[in-house]
Amino acid sequence: MSGFALNSNDELARDYLLTPLDRALVVATQEGLPVTAQPYLAVAQQLGISEDEVIFRLEKMKEFGVIRRIAAVPNHYRIGFKANGMTVWDIEDEKIKELGMKIGQLPYVSHCYQRPRHEPYWSYNLFAMVHGTERSQVEERAELVREMLGDACRKHEILYSSKILKKTGLRFSTPNK
Amino acid sequence: MDNIDRDLINLLQGGFPLFPRPFLVVANQLRDVNETLTEQNVMDRVQRLLDDGFLSRFGPMFQAERLGGGLTLAAMKVEAEDYDRVAGQVNDFCEVAHNYQREHELNMWFVLATETPEGIEDTIQKMEEVTGYSVFNMPKKEEFYVGLRFEL
Repeated sequence: MSGFALNSNDELARDYLLTPLDRALVVATQEGLPVTAQPYLAVAQQLGISEDEVIFRLEKMKEFGVIRRIAAVPNHYRIGFKANGMTVWDIEDEKIKELGMKIGQLPYVSHCYQRPRHEPYWSYNLFAMVHGTERSQVEERAELVREMLGDACRKHEILYSSKILKKTGLRFSTPNK
Repeated sequence: MDNIDRDLINLLQGGFPLFPRPFLVVANQLRDVNETLTEQNVMDRVQRLLDDGFLSRFGPMFQAERLGGGLTLAAMKVEAEDYDRVAGQVNDFCEVAHNYQREHELNMWFVLATETPEGIEDTIQKMEEVTGYSVFNMPKKEEFYVGLRFEL
């Protein structure tokens, strides 16, 4: 799994231009940080720059939202959250922002986005990934979401994945465009 | 996995310090639960959790589209008899990062990542030509939340 989150609403980041050094840092750290006492020094040595500079550039990218956070990501399946459902909701457009923010706050929701409808095939405009230890828990939690959405929600579904067809993750390769 | 591992995972999900000796900082933060925990202990535990697959990743989480490329979620409605063929054709595109079979009329869902924003439309067009199926492009319009803290 790579370290790319899928989306962002961070307006600041739109204005941030990556320097060639930032790009080199992205490539050097996208597979993860080395587990050594001074991981930033290890990265710095790899790039031929100082540890201070690595920390400064990472701090800067964090500040501008290019880096969401530096953290550990548990394998949710391995730690017992074996069920996850992509819950999709048909929400009144004028209420979606308020409700989306609310749903996004729930501790068991990992991703929450507004996406376009494709009528007549697809009328859902709110997506929320709901996690649980088993499907029944995902369903209970989806029901709580349903209650929170109230009348603004016309219908919803839970899409479970039945098979991973491909999982290579996102990889950033070009040092410069 | 013991209680210290759980505390460690809970702590590290929230963030890893941007300091020269980050594991020392983490060891100090965990002193409340284990006063003998050393920097080396924390490193050993993190490495073991990575090796054993409890952690799938450790490091910066980048926002892909802020790196200048294109990114979207797309879906297809594929007939059962064509499913394996189409899955293979879709997966052959290097722009496809993840692809999941889902239990729905729209039964193939994948993430596309391209070097440029325009690359998304090009890739979708090529994919439609190759597979003979429509691709529903569902780029995010608004993000409400990304990230999850699993309390262990």
